[in-house]
Formats: sequence, structure tokens, C-alpha cells
Amino acid sequence: MELSDFLEEGKYVVLAFYPAAWSPTCGDEMTLFQEFLDEFERLNAKLVGISVDNVWGVQAWAENKGITFPLLCDFHPKGTMAELYGVMRDDGVSERALFIVDPEGIIQYSYVSPIAENPGVDRLFEALERLQKDE
Amino acid sequence: MPVTIVEYGDYQCPACQRAYVEVEKLLTAEGPNARFVFRHFPLMTTHPRAMAAALAAEAAGRQGKFWQMHAKLFESHEQLDDQHIQQYAAELALDLDKFARDIQSEGIEAHIRQQRLAGARSGVNGTPTFFINGYRYDGDFTYEALSAAVQTAINGGPR
Repeated sequence: MELSDFLEEGKYVVLAFYPAAWSPTCGDEMTLFQEFLDEFERLNAKLVGISVDNVWGVQAWAENKGITFPLLCDFHPKGTMAELYGVMRDDGVSERALFIVDPEGIIQYSYVSPIAENPGVDRLFEALERLQKDE
Repeated sequence: MPVTIVEYGDYQCPACQRAYVEVEKLLTAEGPNARFVFRHFPLMTTHPRAMAAALAAEAAGRQGKFWQMHAKLFESHEQLDDQHIQQYAAELALDLDKFARDIQSEGIEAHIRQQRLAGARSGVNGTPTFFINGYRYDGDFTYEALSAAVQTAINGGPR
């Protein structure tokens, strides 16, 4: 899959690199994005999650969690996309990184969260609004 | 000046149920030193009954019994189906017709969704999420940890 497969006129792509992780509270990062899909749509954004985990694990996990946006596997070879975006760690997982790609395919925003922290949606909403206000 | 504690929570979230017990202890211990505000953050993707429970709390609130319903919902250990919610409403001696009408009323679900979105915009990233005097609190939600944080806030110290 290429990033260009996701580019669409007038739409921003939020690329979320996430490591598989468990949290003592409810609501991991992907679930939170799913909860606020409406708001992302309102802000003209499409969501794409990427992890370096293998396909089978991610598919089952996605179904179980009710995730409807694409979850890509950066697995063959492992971490290629993450390397490309500069967010591959030494320990075999990607950083927990967010990128916003504009309709022309240019990265307009990036943020790396501490690996164990769910970065939430507020930064993304603010960035998407800011990017579109300047248009 | 009382310390204001805001919790964004979901009635079907096990972590919030645990937090409820700790918050009750905290509020009892702090008395007039603490003000508690609960805001809805139902995670509907993973908790199919969370919205129904939030609606029940809001509808009970319209009859002056928000906190009583809030307690019943958390103490129920996720018995949040319609039958149980009806039972809680009856136990609280609510006007059941009004309760049913209010749950369906225009705007009540929108109100909950608005709270949820406002929470997300202020940094809520899961449940429970606490704010103490306006700053997000990222520590444990045990009574001890919350109590220490409240003390710090009372002393006007760093958040």
C-alpha cells in the first residue's frame, strides 16, 4: 500500500503509528480515534493506523475493538514505513507518532508521544483546524 | 477555596467503577474542601451500554437525583441493561413516565456528546480522566494518590 492510495482531494490523512499496548484505563489510542470518527470527518480527515505487529494479531484486535478505519501492518519487511518516517525504534516497535498529511501528500504536522502515553485527539483536532483556517 | 475535581467517566468502564469507590472515600474525607464534577465520556465503541447509562443519569438528574443514579450505576457492576435501569429508577422513586420521556428527549443525548467532545478537546484520552483545579491529573486514582494531589492543590502547590 502506498500513502498515495489514501490521498483524496480536500482530505487530510492522519497517519498514526502505534505500538500494541495495554492500558489500565479504558480507551486506547485507536479506540479513541474510532470514538471521534465523526469529528475527524467533520474536519475533513481520514484516519490510518500503522503498527509493526503482524497481520493476524492486528485483524483480530481491530474486529474485537470495532475499529473501522484502516489499520496497516508495517511488517514486510518490518518497520519499513516507520523507518521512512523516521520513527522506528531500536527495540523493534515504532514510536507512537502522529502525522497529518495534506491533500497534496505533504506532511504538515507531526508529534511523537511518550511510548506508553495515548496522545489523545485534541492536538489533532487543533492542528486540522489550524491547517484549514490558513487555506 | 475548595478544590475542584472533575472526572470524565463511563459507567460501563471497569476502571471507572474502581475509581468511583476511591472518589467516594476522597469526598467523604475532604468534605467541604473538595467539589466534585462528573462529566460523561462514554466510550461507545467498546461499551455498548455506556450511553444508555449516561442518559439514565441525566434523566434522573432532571428529577434531582443525578448523584443517586450515578451511584447505582457504578455500584451495579455493569448491570446496565434496560430492565436494571428501570429498576434503579424505581428504587429512586422517580416518576417513571417522566424518566422515560426525558431519556428520549431532544437534546439530552446531544448534551452528553457535547460533554464528551469538550472533554476530548481538553485532553481527555480515556476513562477515567481527572482534572484537579483545571489541570489534568495523570497519577493513580487510588484514594491515597488522589488525596495527596488534592492536598497539594489546597496548599496552592504545583499541580
